[in-house]
Amino acid sequence: MKNAVGREIPEEILKLTGKEPFQGNNYKQGVPFRRMGPIIRPNMDNQHSKLVGSIREALEKCHAHNGMTVSFHHHFREGDLIVNMVMKEIHDMGLKNITVAATSLGKAHDPLVPMIEDGTITRIEASGVRGKIGEAISAGKLKGLAIMRSHGGRVRSLVTGETKVDIAFIGAPTSDDYGNLRGIGGKTNCGVLSYSHVDGDCAEYVVAITDCLVPFPNFPAHISMTKVDYVCVVDAIGIPEKIATGAAKPTTDQRKLMMAEYCTQVVVNTPYFKDGFSYQTGVGGASIASTISLTKIMQERGIKMGFGVGGLTKPMCDLLDMGLVRVLMDTQAFDLDAVSNVINPAHHRITAGAYANPFNKGAFVNRLDYVILASLEVDVHFNCNVVVGSDGVITGAQGGHPDTAQGAKCTIVICPLLQGRIPAICTDVTTVTTPGESVDIVVTDYGVAVNPNRPDLLEALKKADCVPLKTIEELRDIAYSIVGEPEPVEFEDRIVGIIEARDGTIMDVVRQVKPIPEH
Amino acid sequence: MEIKKAAVAGTLESSDCMVTVEPGDGTVELDLESAVIRQYGKQIRKVIHETLERLDVTDAKVTVVDKGALDCTIKARVECAVYRSNDIKKGLPWGGVIR
Repeated sequence: MKNAVGREIPEEILKLTGKEPFQGNNYKQGVPFRRMGPIIRPNMDNQHSKLVGSIREALEKCHAHNGMTVSFHHHFREGDLIVNMVMKEIHDMGLKNITVAATSLGKAHDPLVPMIEDGTITRIEASGVRGKIGEAISAGKLKGLAIMRSHGGRVRSLVTGETKVDIAFIGAPTSDDYGNLRGIGGKTNCGVLSYSHVDGDCAEYVVAITDCLVPFPNFPAHISMTKVDYVCVVDAIGIPEKIATGAAKPTTDQRKLMMAEYCTQVVVNTPYFKDGFSYQTGVGGASIASTISLTKIMQERGIKMGFGVGGLTKPMCDLLDMGLVRVLMDTQAFDLDAVSNVINPAHHRITAGAYANPFNKGAFVNRLDYVILASLEVDVHFNCNVVVGSDGVITGAQGGHPDTAQGAKCTIVICPLLQGRIPAICTDVTTVTTPGESVDIVVTDYGVAVNPNRPDLLEALKKADCVPLKTIEELRDIAYSIVGEPEPVEFEDRIVGIIEARDGTIMDVVRQVKPIPEH
Repeated sequence: MEIKKAAVAGTLESSDCMVTVEPGDGTVELDLESAVIRQYGKQIRKVIHETLERLDVTDAKVTVVDKGALDCTIKARVECAVYRSNDIKKGLPWGGVIR
């Protein structure tokens, strides 16, 4: 059955998952559902201790079993030690058929591949996967399905009970012996614990793992003792220099600077650019350069931002320090400046749910004026692909891409026309992650294209005469004229993963790739 | 042209390719490794074979490691490697078989 972005979703997958094909962004608007609550084992005995001596003891006390689902957060990014530490213990216990429901998995988790091969891990649910796990899934090594969800979509899947987490492991930079957790104050800081909040709410057992035990109460807690079953102290939960690096140096790449300038011109010449506007941007070179050049124009025109949200970086924190933004809402700190900036009282921590869950009675993304995003591919229908490489191999993560793109009034995707020989602007993306209906403007180094369903924005940019306007088809044609039209990648029939839309419907499927053709 | 000895042209930088030609066993044998083989493998092979034919190379072992080079780059690297294998550095046929 074809879904609303024209992708064929096979009947077998709809049956297997009980899901519907994607029907458009607002399909579930106002549709009631019941929030699922977890089983809870209360603690009222004042002699009860939550401290356990090892991960193994925690697993045993939480009744770890075959077929269970364990969850993790990715605030430690490529410096994470928790996932491998816990999964090794699960592997050593001989447990099988485990679902790993992480908020995201990266190259740091390559050691999980042998556990996929030997059947310890048979399902993965994550925002996405990079590195060897992505290659393993695309090669068909995972027995079950990989489900890729946006940050908001993951929260939805937990609160609706679609994903039932048996044991949540929350790496905490500081914890007291009763499980009050904070993202700061320890030796391995990540600033916030936003992604894990929902695991605290929805998992049957919650285990805090820390390398810095502090006196009770560790307050104000980012995740409360009221949700934590056990606390385990280990030597190290992460590698600090891989969690958050210093702020990225402003790019000197002329191509990126040009795209940044186009992007800034688009922002300041569209109608939402006025005092109190809201904004989210990413960590790419062009995004950061764009924030810096936007700052200058805001100063010149005396325009201040109402709120900035998202994964935060130094240029966004600088806005706060300069008094150019009223408040920052933080779900993830991308650099050390952002981690340390959380002490500013106007720099607020928010949960991933408050940030982006489509099944809330409202989320921050819904109130965005602008979001600046990147994409591996954008097609002539404005669909974006941020998960699967142009060679068909899973290599990225949805993150907040579909959430913010739907939420923002003006969604701008910055994307160089070519990535090496690969045309980033193409006829059909390899796999759809964000539907074209969410994407308003595409900025490339060869010009700017406006989605035809936004004639208002096109009119504003035409009037301002500030950027070279092209149609998306023109951009695609320029790309193909330089590199040639790519052959479609060949896939096997087997579906190895699904790209879930924010509301739990199926946006697209990911198939096993064929081995690289021989000479 | 005859491939008189092993010769190399190009680099392993992104958007370039490294072409090695060696004396063959009576035919053209092509070994291709490419970062974009799934999308452009056929096109790259075609460009290499066409270029070799134009240079009248019929007996060679050709190894190409491609990092996403455009067709024009691939052509130039193949031409350069073939002429290097003949130690020809001057009087190249620009506009002739080299286009």
